[in-house]
Amino acid sequence: MATSSRDVVLGRIRAALGAATDASAASAGWSAIRRGYQRTATRDREGVLELLVDRLLDYDANVVRVGRHEVQESVSRMLTARGVRRLVVPAGMIPENLPGGFEFVADEGFSAAELDAFDGVVTESTLAIAETGTVVLQHAPGQGRRAVSLVPDYHLCLVSAGRVVETVSEAMDRLHATADLATTFFSGPSATADIEMTRIKGVHGPRFLDVILIDED
Amino acid sequence: MSGTALDPRTAPTFPMAAKTMMGDTQLRKNVRHATDVIQAKRARVVDEMPDWQELRESGKQIRQHTMEHLDFYLEEFESNCTKAGGVVHWAKDAEEARRIIVALVKAAGATEVIKIKSMTTEEIQLNSALEAAGIHPYETDLAELIIQLGHDQPSHIVVPALHKNRQQIREIFQREMNLPELGETPQDLADAARQFLREKFLRVTTGVSGANFLIAETGGVCIVESEGNGRMCLTLPETLITVAGIDKVVPRFEDLEVLLQLLPRSATGERMNPYNSIWTGVNPPDGPREFHVVLMDNARTEILGDAEGRQTLNCIRCGACQNACPVYRQTGGHAYGSVYAGPIGAILTPQLQEMHHAQSLPYASSLCGACYEVCPVKINIPEVLIHLRNKVVKQNGMLNAEALAMRAMGMIFRSESRFRAAQRMGRMAEAPLVRKDGRGEGWIGWLPGLLGGWTQVRDLQAMPEETFREWWEKRESKEVASGN
Amino acid sequence: MFITCYNDTLFPATGKAVVRVLERLGHTVEFPAGQTCCGQMHWNTGYQAEALPLLTRFVEQFRGAEAVVVPSSSCVAMMRDHYPKMAEEIGDVKLKAEVAELLPKVFEFSEFLTKRLGLEDVGAYYPHRVTYHASCHGLRNLGLGDGPQRLLRAVRGIDLVEIAGLEQCCGFGGTFAVKNAEVSSAMLAEKTNAILNTKAEACTACDNSCLMHIHGALHRQRTGIQTVHLAEILAGE
Repeated sequence: MATSSRDVVLGRIRAALGAATDASAASAGWSAIRRGYQRTATRDREGVLELLVDRLLDYDANVVRVGRHEVQESVSRMLTARGVRRLVVPAGMIPENLPGGFEFVADEGFSAAELDAFDGVVTESTLAIAETGTVVLQHAPGQGRRAVSLVPDYHLCLVSAGRVVETVSEAMDRLHATADLATTFFSGPSATADIEMTRIKGVHGPRFLDVILIDED
Repeated sequence: MSGTALDPRTAPTFPMAAKTMMGDTQLRKNVRHATDVIQAKRARVVDEMPDWQELRESGKQIRQHTMEHLDFYLEEFESNCTKAGGVVHWAKDAEEARRIIVALVKAAGATEVIKIKSMTTEEIQLNSALEAAGIHPYETDLAELIIQLGHDQPSHIVVPALHKNRQQIREIFQREMNLPELGETPQDLADAARQFLREKFLRVTTGVSGANFLIAETGGVCIVESEGNGRMCLTLPETLITVAGIDKVVPRFEDLEVLLQLLPRSATGERMNPYNSIWTGVNPPDGPREFHVVLMDNARTEILGDAEGRQTLNCIRCGACQNACPVYRQTGGHAYGSVYAGPIGAILTPQLQEMHHAQSLPYASSLCGACYEVCPVKINIPEVLIHLRNKVVKQNGMLNAEALAMRAMGMIFRSESRFRAAQRMGRMAEAPLVRKDGRGEGWIGWLPGLLGGWTQVRDLQAMPEETFREWWEKRESKEVASGN
Repeated sequence: MFITCYNDTLFPATGKAVVRVLERLGHTVEFPAGQTCCGQMHWNTGYQAEALPLLTRFVEQFRGAEAVVVPSSSCVAMMRDHYPKMAEEIGDVKLKAEVAELLPKVFEFSEFLTKRLGLEDVGAYYPHRVTYHASCHGLRNLGLGDGPQRLLRAVRGIDLVEIAGLEQCCGFGGTFAVKNAEVSSAMLAEKTNAILNTKAEACTACDNSCLMHIHGALHRQRTGIQTVHLAEILAGE
């Protein structure tokens, strides 16, 4: 019987390493990895939120901070300012956050072309990382399929202050439990520096990004 | 540069290729500009991290640990990816990887694929294999699109078209996209790419990608990018095929907290790249219905088996060493005759390819150490270069002019009297070549043979009348005579 | 003192200056006559087997020294970075132990002054406009930092000007300068331009190998700019 490529490659690895490894050896070795970097927050809550706003702005997102009861009004202002009317929303959005006067269409598994026809998308988010100016979306209620927050040219994202962490380590720790969900990190609108290293915002992903940071009461 | 693939088996030696590249003033200007900008950006975001050196150390240890247990982590990845609905394939070499991918595309009934920038697919020259099978690949990363439409080759692992400036890119787009009125601002060019590719994203049903990290613990795959073309290719097609070197695996989800800090800051000088995607198998109704991963060896296991070369596999393809390298700065990437250029290419290419086809690469470095200093996972590139130079020397035997000269020098240094004799002989031998300059100093303006490289642009000062040891001995004997 | 092969042969003035500075500071200098070369050229070019006996020779010559001062940053980097591995390769347990004992006593000249003796002002006088070139091995492998500049700033009469691109390699790289002469020349051109822009009369460094390469071009271009080892400036009175 011919040896499979899998067996050949694994055999080569074991030959190169001198032996096969097992779970306990791997686990012991992994636990011994030095982790002297900063894993927890160093700022107070307000400092973390300010850092997030600062870093989002630095990467060309538009950010506002509002109280819990001002969200609907803020969404309305943002959408009006952007001149968008017909927006796709994932299932499970908090309805009170969506103002009247706009057409919000729940995602029913639209095709890419159908998504392309919307003016924009409104989503919630799983968490945000202040240090890097990053918002994380997962395939969860209020955030939806990846395509929904990708194809439309405008994205309005709601971030709850309680879900903002300072460091990447804290974020990965929180995400660990739901690591198998499709996950997208975005840090600012899509961008490229492929032409003479000049950062240009807006290529294929949403070119326009607004973030509403919702303070806890 | 023509459209001929960068192939270390047929590429000219580094010094020859470098000479050609260095004749291209525009290219050198573009490379200098790009590497200056990117280095400054990197320095800024690295300096704001007080724990950078600790992150580097952890990054190194994670990668080293992974390589030491590579079989275990690959099997764990395979098992978890399969459980989540992915299909894992194994490829011994480039040829097998190409065959698997072409077969998968055909099985999906596709005649076109959309591609995310992937140096692994460049390494195996996947595009020509797809084209030969009647499948058209569309590169969707802006730089790769520029390369593809310009019938060019990538010259950098992160910014493959950094050797082209805006005017050159505009010319390619005007011609290939049929846009005679196209402007030349970067924004105009990016908009043109958006328009050109949008239709492909919405239409083509098969995607091909590389991978930044394969997560053993979850079976997930992580890809980092800037433009959103990656998200398009990962999300919209019905079938997704990911090809990754076996070195791309990481043990646990948590390890990304280190690598996702090191990679963007080192690669593009950003705190985080605009988009990271992590997905695990298939997730209906979100994304492709069919997902394949091709795990490819292609000589990586040979590197693994070489204790001194093994650290090469720790590379996370950030390109920081290319930006920092004073040699790359002069020549650009094509001189390296491989998709992996710069310092990492100088150690990776000779190990991925049969050594005698890439013999000059380990010498394409002044061993200045700038690459090691910026490497986010602390690969000691100079050390590996020296290790590979040893292999080259062994391969070439001891009967060539350089080896004979080295051997003779070795003999001389092993004996004080021979060393003294050589110092005297040197003075005599150089005498016919020495000319006095205006200050009355002796200088040599021309040297023969192997040493001729020196005197192309430099003079060589003649040896002094007296060596240090001669002076010292005179002084000692005087002191003895004067009773000290 | 370990003068190193090329300084002995080509730059005796540097050795004399080291002796002068150290004696002025009240130290006794010894010069073991059997010393030759650290093995860097062979090792870095891939001729490992030729380099190994030179390690043994170095240990024989310098065992028992209180400190070994070397006016060449790249030779010290060679010893520090590779001698332990070379001793391993030779497989002689006694030699390994001797290397481990001897290496902490090996100092690059400026490092000996700043780190071992804790000095900045060595009482020198040098009334010229000078720029300092940070040799890569001193900068990165030895971590000399601004030690050499601190020594220079303390020199009376000196006009020290900083060069643009201080951390950029000059393109010497040993056999690299010959094997990749074209690229080396291009790197050198950037360095000599930076030197010319400082309007300095002389360029100094802790390594005559870089200076030989830089001086070669400055001389070919008839710039009139000299190169001078750091020790020779510190020996000035």
